[in-house]
Amino acid sequence: MPTEITRIDGPIRIFVPTGSLGAGAREEEIEEAIARGAHAIATDAGSTDSGAAYLALGISKNNRGSVKRDLTLLMKAAAKARIPLIVGSCGQAGGDANVDWTKAIALEVAAELGLRPRIAVLYSEQSKETLKARNAAGKIRALPPLGALDDATIDSCDHIVAVMGPEPYIAALEAGADIVLGGRTTDTAVLSCYALMKGAPAGASWHAAKVAECGAQCTTNPTAAAGVLISIDADGFEVQTLAPANHCNPHSVSAHMLYENSNPFLLAEPGGVLDVTEADYTALDPRRVRVTGSVWRPQPYTMKLEGAGRGRYQTLMLIGIQDPDILARVEEFHDKMLAALYERTRKTIGPAAGDFHISLRMYGWNAVSGDKPPPGTPAPREIGVLFVATADTQEMATQIAKACNPYFFHFPLDLDKELPSHAFAFSPADIERGPVYEFKLNHVIEVEDPLELVRTEWLDLRERP
Amino acid sequence: MMATIKQVCRHVRSKNAGPFWVTIDLFFDGPENYRRYADSSALGPELMQRLYGADPRLVRRYPVPKLHMVKISYARTSVQGGEVERDMHCGQQYVRLLDVELDV
Repeated sequence: MPTEITRIDGPIRIFVPTGSLGAGAREEEIEEAIARGAHAIATDAGSTDSGAAYLALGISKNNRGSVKRDLTLLMKAAAKARIPLIVGSCGQAGGDANVDWTKAIALEVAAELGLRPRIAVLYSEQSKETLKARNAAGKIRALPPLGALDDATIDSCDHIVAVMGPEPYIAALEAGADIVLGGRTTDTAVLSCYALMKGAPAGASWHAAKVAECGAQCTTNPTAAAGVLISIDADGFEVQTLAPANHCNPHSVSAHMLYENSNPFLLAEPGGVLDVTEADYTALDPRRVRVTGSVWRPQPYTMKLEGAGRGRYQTLMLIGIQDPDILARVEEFHDKMLAALYERTRKTIGPAAGDFHISLRMYGWNAVSGDKPPPGTPAPREIGVLFVATADTQEMATQIAKACNPYFFHFPLDLDKELPSHAFAFSPADIERGPVYEFKLNHVIEVEDPLELVRTEWLDLRERP
Repeated sequence: MMATIKQVCRHVRSKNAGPFWVTIDLFFDGPENYRRYADSSALGPELMQRLYGADPRLVRRYPVPKLHMVKISYARTSVQGGEVERDMHCGQQYVRLLDVELDV
């Protein structure tokens, strides 16, 4: 029983070439997807998953060459097949600087290939003034675990983006864009926008996009492939693998809804919620799974805000230790050395060190958890000890590291023995790491119009001489 | 009957779900152990509090019968990438669960 009124005659096929632009699209999959009648190529190019630094600094996580390589393959294929290329969350964080970085690469590729596409560039970075005004008007609300937003938190961010839905992409495509390069957008909006524009059912379009958001990760052999083809029709959607050796099945497809999502059944999007509680997954053949029963529940339109800012500064040092006597009593060694480093800093720098912090992370023992391993845990063969000093300025963090250097280098297990020399990995020993970067916002902003916080720039290369 | 999580799950994983939440997926090895242990009281919010310092009021648990799995999500206790970060993507957090004993 169709639950939504739709206006499509046949399936809408979206080729998702890779989980993230620059991860490595595959030429044979591109050819296969075009041969199977893909109507659009869509890929996401970022995530918050690797931390706030990429938004705070406006830099990409991927190297320029790999992004250029993927853009070259995809722009060439899209132009040849005369289908649109849609890229969202450009440059990892989707801030204006991240988008401009990607735009410059796309323009370089177009010039090299002799292509003259109409490119729409969507920006969604927000000024602090806009957000303060909207917050004062009660239009911004917190998501757990954070509380109500204040001006000081807004001011603590270096860059803030509003996460776009599909509407700005649809507007750009309807206005004739061959290529859309978008700032920060939900992964699913980037992959569903074309099908939604064509009138495909919303539940199937959003669910298909969620399944395909990481490319071939919804397949049984994600290392043998990069992309997938999703095909949305009036009653549901299909997921198809493209690499000849790769398969997918109801388990691999349904399990992807769980990935990096706190709720396995519901996915909140700018204009509603995807509900897959009643979704049904059927294997059509070893390379195709059909999904029905996905439901879209429209809600008042909100855009999530992501804001990144810098915190205090850190300086690092790294030593290795193989001394079996130390490793047999490694917890005792750690506690004694940490106390000695704090004392050394207080004595040599004094109150000027401020509210500094030192941590010693013993790789090979308990660095990841920081917990004490249970009694009886065998001594490791060697450990790496990462020294992390945190202070209000980079200079002070480094002064603390330098003050601690001789103790970190020579600290003994028992004070009555000759001083050991632990194995420094580098000289100079201290490495300035810069500030820590943190996401400061977990809030949504209510908007009347999905485009009101979005700016669209057009680059019409047909007009170039 | 008591069993550890690693004895009755074929796969356990953890990952950030955005910068403020962590999500853990426990895939049981089949319908039998799923039915037996999915509702185990040992998998309650207190466990997340003990292992991760999580606020029990910010722990969510979702059984997914079709996949024989249980998802548990909790709010991060320290901001991703902050001064004391030790696992940026939370991809190693699941390891502390493996030896937890489940009761029927």
